[in-house]
Amino acid sequence: MIPARFDYEIAESPEHALELLGGNGDAKLLAGGHSLLPAMKLRIARPSLLVDIGRLDALSYVRDAGTQLAIGALTRHKDVRDDPLLQEHCPLVSTTAGRIGDPQVRHRGTIGGSVAHGDPASDLPAVLLALGAELVVVGKGGERVVPAAEFFTGVFETAVGPAELLTEVRVPKLGASTGWSYVKFHRRAQDWATVGVAALVHRDNGAVAGASIGLTNMGGTPLLARAAEDAISGGATLAEAAARIADGAEPPSDQAASADFRRHLAQVLGRRALEEALSR
Amino acid sequence: MRSVATTVNGTRHELEVEPRELLVYVLRERLGLTGTNVGCDTSSCGSCTVLVGGEAVKSCTMLGVQADGMEITTIEGLAANGELHPVQQAFHDHHALQCGYCTPGMVLAAVSLIDAGEAGSEEEIRTALEGNLCRCTGYHNIVKAVSAAAGRA
Amino acid sequence: MATMETRYIGTAVPRKEDAAFLAGRGTYVDNLRLEGALAMAVVRSPYAHARIRGVDLDAARAAEGVVAAFAGADLAEDWQNGLPCAWPVTEDIKMPPHFPLAVDEARYQGDGVAVVLAESRALARDAAELVEVDYEPLPVAVEVEASLEQGAPLVHDDLGTNECYVWKLESDGFADGVAGADVTVTRRYVQPRLIPNAIEPRGVVAQVGPAGDLTVWSATQVPHILRFALSLVLGLPEARIRVIAPDVGGGFGSKLDVYAEEALAVALARRLGRPVKWVEERSENYLATIHGRDVVTDLTFSATKDGKILGVHADVKAAMGAYLQLVTPGIPLLGAWLYAGPYDIPNYSVTFTGVFTNTTPTDAYRGAGRPEATYVLERTMDALAAELGIDPVELRRQNFIGEFPSTIASGLTIDAGDYHASLDKLLEQLDLDGVRAEQKSRRDSGDAKQLGVGFSTYNEMCGLAPSRILGAIRYAVGGWDSATIRFQPLGSVQAIIGTSPHGQGHVTTFSQIAADALGVDVDDVEILHGDTAVSQLGMDTYGSRSLPVGGIALWHASQKVVEKARQLVAHQLEVAPDDLEFSGGAFSVKGSPDRSMTIQAAAFQAHAAHNLPDGMEPGLEETATYDPPNFSWPGGAHAAVVEVDTETGDARLVRYVAVDDVGAVVNPLIVDGQVHGGITQGIAAALYEEGAYDEDGNLLTANQVTYLVPSAAELPSFELERTESRSPTNPLGVKGVGETGTIAAAPAVINAVVDALSHLGVTDVQMPATPERVWRAIQEAKQ
Repeated sequence: MIPARFDYEIAESPEHALELLGGNGDAKLLAGGHSLLPAMKLRIARPSLLVDIGRLDALSYVRDAGTQLAIGALTRHKDVRDDPLLQEHCPLVSTTAGRIGDPQVRHRGTIGGSVAHGDPASDLPAVLLALGAELVVVGKGGERVVPAAEFFTGVFETAVGPAELLTEVRVPKLGASTGWSYVKFHRRAQDWATVGVAALVHRDNGAVAGASIGLTNMGGTPLLARAAEDAISGGATLAEAAARIADGAEPPSDQAASADFRRHLAQVLGRRALEEALSR
Repeated sequence: MRSVATTVNGTRHELEVEPRELLVYVLRERLGLTGTNVGCDTSSCGSCTVLVGGEAVKSCTMLGVQADGMEITTIEGLAANGELHPVQQAFHDHHALQCGYCTPGMVLAAVSLIDAGEAGSEEEIRTALEGNLCRCTGYHNIVKAVSAAAGRA
Repeated sequence: MATMETRYIGTAVPRKEDAAFLAGRGTYVDNLRLEGALAMAVVRSPYAHARIRGVDLDAARAAEGVVAAFAGADLAEDWQNGLPCAWPVTEDIKMPPHFPLAVDEARYQGDGVAVVLAESRALARDAAELVEVDYEPLPVAVEVEASLEQGAPLVHDDLGTNECYVWKLESDGFADGVAGADVTVTRRYVQPRLIPNAIEPRGVVAQVGPAGDLTVWSATQVPHILRFALSLVLGLPEARIRVIAPDVGGGFGSKLDVYAEEALAVALARRLGRPVKWVEERSENYLATIHGRDVVTDLTFSATKDGKILGVHADVKAAMGAYLQLVTPGIPLLGAWLYAGPYDIPNYSVTFTGVFTNTTPTDAYRGAGRPEATYVLERTMDALAAELGIDPVELRRQNFIGEFPSTIASGLTIDAGDYHASLDKLLEQLDLDGVRAEQKSRRDSGDAKQLGVGFSTYNEMCGLAPSRILGAIRYAVGGWDSATIRFQPLGSVQAIIGTSPHGQGHVTTFSQIAADALGVDVDDVEILHGDTAVSQLGMDTYGSRSLPVGGIALWHASQKVVEKARQLVAHQLEVAPDDLEFSGGAFSVKGSPDRSMTIQAAAFQAHAAHNLPDGMEPGLEETATYDPPNFSWPGGAHAAVVEVDTETGDARLVRYVAVDDVGAVVNPLIVDGQVHGGITQGIAAALYEEGAYDEDGNLLTANQVTYLVPSAAELPSFELERTESRSPTNPLGVKGVGETGTIAAAPAVINAVVDALSHLGVTDVQMPATPERVWRAIQEAKQ
């Protein structure tokens, strides 16, 4: 319950944060702290330095960026949930943010902190994958834009380097022809997803033209269900496609579910998510 | 050690704290506000819930140094002029507490919920209290009390 | 009670204890700050079984703020005796020594091997990480049945077996009695480990006074038992130990114990001459505080083809864990008389085997032995109903005990009950026809979400207990309790009680009893408890005993005070005592109501002592000790309605209806609260909670993230009704209520889950009915 000792610095700007990190592999950025502090309390995480970026208010925003919406990395889950732009143009993100953790988590936890933590059981990563979101990462050499598909590199690992900072998440505006859904299976409301499925269904003249599907907690990283997506593009029914949703996935086995059961759940949830998306 | 200036229950405090001190321990051990209880070490139980800027936060999942410049309300600061806050009163009226240990966190979570206008149907209230565990009441009377305090019953 | 006016009893008096809790002014142990106190951290074995080859404390001792560090061997001289087990259930029970720190071998994950004392909690925690223990991992025994097999690794080598005891109870002529049965149904049930999770973890503070006297504050249910246990462990006279249980944040049995850390804190406070404080962390609690259940049962019913149950046989194998805590071996036996429940089953046979395993010790968890019995009984009622093609409700009704008092085949006598009345009321509230219609409609339409309804009709024995019976079953202490009523000169009342609360609302309930018995205002009564310096006599709080034992002691003490006051008033009014009527708190002369004196005025006279009858002692104070002649026998009928998603296996409780007969009710608000909480813990066991170990004895569910204590979001509101058959055993007609819900709920929920899936061929789902278990049960039924 008491973290190991660490040094603590407050960043005044993104640049200052990078300077404070100084490429120290042991240092961690502290945003809302709702991924990091629980691990530190159990001393599973023992960073030598915390760089507090929680006061960079300039990184808390949702802006209209043409075909995309730009979400500042320090926007809290609650603010993502309540944002009118997201609710109008990309409700998949606002709705999912409203289902992360519990209200207390949503009052402190941020989209950037959650995404950069790289937890395969987190909800937003699968959603961002399905959306084809882009993530803006700032380092000494400037800014780079990383597609979601390249962002999640391993269990608790992302494309953000030790001397870098995630500053923005960009999600597409969904047109009227795109339906959306995120179906999350968990035992208790506050639990991480045993399995989650994010689905977008693209309609063309009322017919299903394609889909993108992101999976939560079905492997070491959030995954795209390519086989199911391809099946839909090839004219399969949603149910047929859902049956292929776990193809190639290597889900974990733990107290919540065995790998086999996760594969099964993904198929059931996938079908429901696709059907719900189609209906929206 | 770092200097922290924070307003707790309307009183400004300037403190020197170690960065690793969790807000809950700053409240309990430095300010003697022991009404905020610790029930777990995984940010699960919500017993340590306080209001930060009027919103429910688990004070075990926030460092004391992060509270610099913030306004915090603990259970000790909820009653005003000797009158129980309506949520406290409703908890008493509906027997929504037994051992009392989760109560401060539960009450403050409910205050935050009601203030945000999110204490609607029973289902909404139940879902919104997902971050607070009680082992005594089975939540039945807690839900009734929150509903009553929200003016819904 | 015929003579007593009830102004408060039976009334929903709002709780007197709420004000402090709502203001955040509870006095929980962790809130206590003593000048100069040292923080204690315990170094625990990460292995379930390991030889301790060495403990290197040098780095810890040299760390910042550290005052001392000790390994088990360093403290061996401090213990006069090991930690006590008060229930050696058989003469030949194996009782291995259990010292507060392991010395040569650690026997479960979490077994304490060293302690560090430092100037702050953080520094103690830091230094504990620096203790280097050289472990040699040993083979482990984890599962109950595997641990009994030949060649299983031994938890205690020198015992030569993991079998702790075998205990049997059989009615005369059992074999002949069941020989004529048309059908037998045998089922096996695995009941998982449950981890109590009182929201306040344990904590203790020990302080040595200038004369060597000890004060111990502990988050305990049992301050009196703890005092004599510490006396035994440390070799100190009881009179020099004061134990205080301040506000205690829930217990559910887990604080009905004497723990290593309590003994360590005292021993180290004595060694170091400074107060010592230890507060458990939650993840530590999962390892270091007792668990419940972990029982495998084979149950057989013998019955006629028209549904008369002739006999029940239970073979129960129960995990003790690595050591025997305070009442570990006796816990399964608390259910030993209940394997026929509310049914008239003439032939009875039960066998219990206690088994050591390399796991956290088990002990009392809400219900303690009785949920284990009711679960297998009520599940098998459904199995027999299915086997015979009889409606499960009718099968129950047909076998109910109908006449009271009833001496049951296990040998005890149930004083009162009306099981039919509870069931009738349940069915009325439930609208069973409506539920069945909805179920049928979903089945017909092939809905993914199926509905099931499950029943549990139960009784239980609680209110522990007649001392004579406890002695006969080898429990080491008595089952009485005591209370003192002390009038102050100006008429307010102190009631000193031997039980103490950890959420149950003793202060309000006991005030109501005293206020009615004495005819005073409820706010004129102050309840004192939980401090051995104040309440010298008491057997503490567990087994739903506070009201039916301690509450009756309080009533008797009140009667004694009224009688003394009557003598005094008669003397002063110059009438015979029998000529006085006591009503509304005043004595008046029969036929001359204007000649009267209030009991509060009598209290003043008793203290002034100017004009007392010859030989009467001044003051108005009486103590009563009450040993109940029988257990308390609540009962009732519960029903659960669940919705099961047959595709995901997710089972959700939709409705829960409970009709309980807990005798006379003192405070309906508090009684309902006890039932709500009890039901919830039973539901949690049925659907969510499971303490799971891997094959190496690592606890897989060692925190609140992986062990699923349900929140409000997982539960519906409950529908409660009551019937009332007053207990003839005591003058208030009360029974216990703290455990009824937990005893009844789990089988109702699992019966409902199975009912939802019965048309798919599912006949059993192991607790807890996790989505994966439900899904697999459906898949297996398909094959």
